[in-house]
Amino acid sequence: MDLTTFLIQLLNALQYGLLLFLVASGLTLIFGIMGIINLAHGSFYMMGAYMAFALTSATGNLFVAILLGIVLSALIGFLLEWGLFSRLYKRDHLDQVLLTYGLILMFEEIRSMIVGDDVHGVRIPEMLSASVQLSETLSYPVYRLFMSAVCIVLAVLMYWLIRHTRLGMMIRAGSSNREMVQSLGINIDLIYRLVFALGVTLAAFAGMLAAPVSSVYPGMGNQVLIICFVVVVIGGVGSVWGALVAALLIGLADTFGKVIIPDFAGLTVYLLMAVVLLWRPEGIFRRI
Amino acid sequence: MSHEVNRRQFLISSAAVAAGLALPSAPLFAQGARKVRVGLMLPYTGTYAALGNAITNGFKLAVEQGGGKLGGSEVEYFTVDDESDPAKAPENANKLIKRDNVDVLVGTVHSGVALAMTRVARETKSLLIVPNAGADEITGPLCAPNIFRTSFSAWQPAYAMGNVMAERKHKNVVTLSWKYSFGEQSVAGFKEAFEKAGGKVVKELYLPFPNVEFQPYLTEIAALKPDAVFVFFAGGGAVKFVKDYAAAGLKSTIPLYGSGFLTDGTLEAQGEAAEGLLTTLHYADGLDIPKDKEFRAAYASAFKMQPDVYAVQGYDTAQLFAAGLAAVKGDVGKRDELIKAMESATIDSPRGKFTLSKAHNPVQDIYLRKVEGKENKVVSVAAKALADPARGCRM
Repeated sequence: MDLTTFLIQLLNALQYGLLLFLVASGLTLIFGIMGIINLAHGSFYMMGAYMAFALTSATGNLFVAILLGIVLSALIGFLLEWGLFSRLYKRDHLDQVLLTYGLILMFEEIRSMIVGDDVHGVRIPEMLSASVQLSETLSYPVYRLFMSAVCIVLAVLMYWLIRHTRLGMMIRAGSSNREMVQSLGINIDLIYRLVFALGVTLAAFAGMLAAPVSSVYPGMGNQVLIICFVVVVIGGVGSVWGALVAALLIGLADTFGKVIIPDFAGLTVYLLMAVVLLWRPEGIFRRI
Repeated sequence: MSHEVNRRQFLISSAAVAAGLALPSAPLFAQGARKVRVGLMLPYTGTYAALGNAITNGFKLAVEQGGGKLGGSEVEYFTVDDESDPAKAPENANKLIKRDNVDVLVGTVHSGVALAMTRVARETKSLLIVPNAGADEITGPLCAPNIFRTSFSAWQPAYAMGNVMAERKHKNVVTLSWKYSFGEQSVAGFKEAFEKAGGKVVKELYLPFPNVEFQPYLTEIAALKPDAVFVFFAGGGAVKFVKDYAAAGLKSTIPLYGSGFLTDGTLEAQGEAAEGLLTTLHYADGLDIPKDKEFRAAYASAFKMQPDVYAVQGYDTAQLFAAGLAAVKGDVGKRDELIKAMESATIDSPRGKFTLSKAHNPVQDIYLRKVEGKENKVVSVAAKALADPARGCRM
C-alpha cells in the first residue's frame, strides 16, 4: 500500500469513525445519563435515513430534507420520552430491553407501511457531488469530506455543551445524583427529556447524513446498533469522550481490516473489542 | 307372485345400475379427474416479491398455454409466501407437503430458504423444482433424484465470465463480492476459468452481506490498478455499486465485469452509470430465438408487463414438470417414470433449448450481454451448453 492509498484509507476510516461516533454518542448519552438500555437506537438511525430519502424525494433538496428531518426526529424523541421512556427510569433493565425491542419491531413495521421494503438511494446534492483529485489514480468524493467536517463540528459542539455550559453541568450532575439536583429546584425531568430528544436526533441525523453514501435499506438500523454497542463497550459506558476514541479506533480497524485481510472483513471490529476488553475490562474511559 | 318377481327384478336391476355407476367411476377419478397439486413456495412480500411474482406468472402462463392443463392434467395451486426467511422454510415446506399433499413443490428465490427446502425434500422424498436459487449445493452435495433446478448454479455465469475476460486479454484482475455463499461461489467459478486460461486474480475482496459501504474497496482497487474487476452484486447493492464505481472515476480506467445479476432488474436505477457494462447470464434481451419472441408476446399480453429472466425460469419449471406428467398421463404415483421423463426432457425455453445434467441442473448456453439503453443486449454466446461440474453430487 503506497502512501497516497494509505492516506485515503485513513480518510475513509476517519469518516466512518466519525459517523459511528454520531450515532453512538446518542446511545451513550441515553445509557450513561439516564441508565436506559436502548435497543431502539439503531431504529432512530434507520428512521433518519428513510426520512432523508422520503423528504428529499418530496422537496428535491437534501439540505431542506435534513432540516425538516432534524425537527421531526427531535419531536419524535421528545414524545417517545414523554410517553414511554420516562416510565422506564425506575424499572429494571429487562423491562427496558423488552420495551425497546418492541420499538424495533414497531419501527420496522411502520417503515414497511409508509415507504415499503425496497432499497433506495439518495442523490448527493449537486454542489457536493464532485471529487478531489488526490493523486494520479485516486480521487476522493467531496461529500465524504463534508460528512467528516459536519461530524467534527458536532463533536466539538457536544463537548462544549457538556463541559462548558450550565445545561451541561446540570446534565452531568443529574447523571450522578438525580434527587440532589431535583432538590436544588432544577427541572430534571425536562432536562432528561431534552437529552433524550438530543440522542434521538443525533442518531437520526447520522442516518440522514449517511443516506447518500450507504443507501437506505430495511434492517440497516440493527447493523448499526450492534457496532454502536461495541463502540460504547470499548469506549467505556457513559463516556462521550470514550465513544469518540472508540469510534475512531473502530473506523481504523474496520477500514484497514477490509483492505488488508478482506476474508475477515466482518471480524476485525470484534477482535479489537476482545483485545481492548482484555486490557481494560471496563472500556478505555469510564463515565463522563 | 308376479308382483314378487317384479319387485326382486327391480331390486336386482337397481343394484346393478348402482354398481354399474359406481364401479367405472372409481378408476376414472384416479386417472383423469384428479387434479395435479402444485405447491408454490415463493417470496410474495419483501425485497424479492417482484421475483416471486414473475416466477408465478411464468409458471401460470405455461399452464394457460396448455389450455389450463399441464402435460394433460388439470392443475390446482397451493401458495405460501416464504418471506425469504430461512427460519420459516422447513415449516412452510412441510405445510405444503404434509397438509396440502402437493405433488410437486416449486421454490424458491433465496438460496438459504431453498437449501432448507432441499433438505425437507430429501427427507420426505417429495418432488422439488427450484426455479431460481443458485446455491451450488442444491445440485451438488445435496442433489437427489427428486430434486431439480431450472435456473442456474452460481458457478455457471461466473465461470463463463472467466473465459470472456481471459479472451479479452485481461491478465491481472481484482474480484469483489459479498461474503456469503452465493458470492463466494461466484468468485470461485470465475477464478477457476480465468486462472485456467492464464489470468491471475491478484486480490479477492469481500464485504459482509448486505453491506454497501464500498469506499475503502474502491480506493483499494484504484491503488492496485488491475487490468479489470469482476464483481458479484445484485438488487439494491448492485445499483449502488455500479453508481459508486462510476462516481469514483474508475469506470473509464478499469473495466468492470460481473455475472448478470449486476445489471438485471437494476438498469432503471443505475441509469448512465451502467452503460456499456458486460455481464454473463443464461438469458438476455434481443435473443434471436422464435420461442423467446412468442413467449415475450404472450407474457406481455397476459400480464401487461415485460417478462424477465425470472419469468422465463418459472415458465420452464412448468414445462419441465409437464414433460414428466405427460409421460405418466397424470398419474403421479408412477414416480420413477415421472422422474425419468423429467431427466431426459429437452426444454424448449425462451433462453434456448436446454437439457438437464446428471445432477438435474440445466446444461445451457451462457450469453455475454452488454448494457445498451435500458437493456442487456446479447453480444455473443460466452459458453455453449455449459454444465455445472456438480462437485459432491453422488447420484
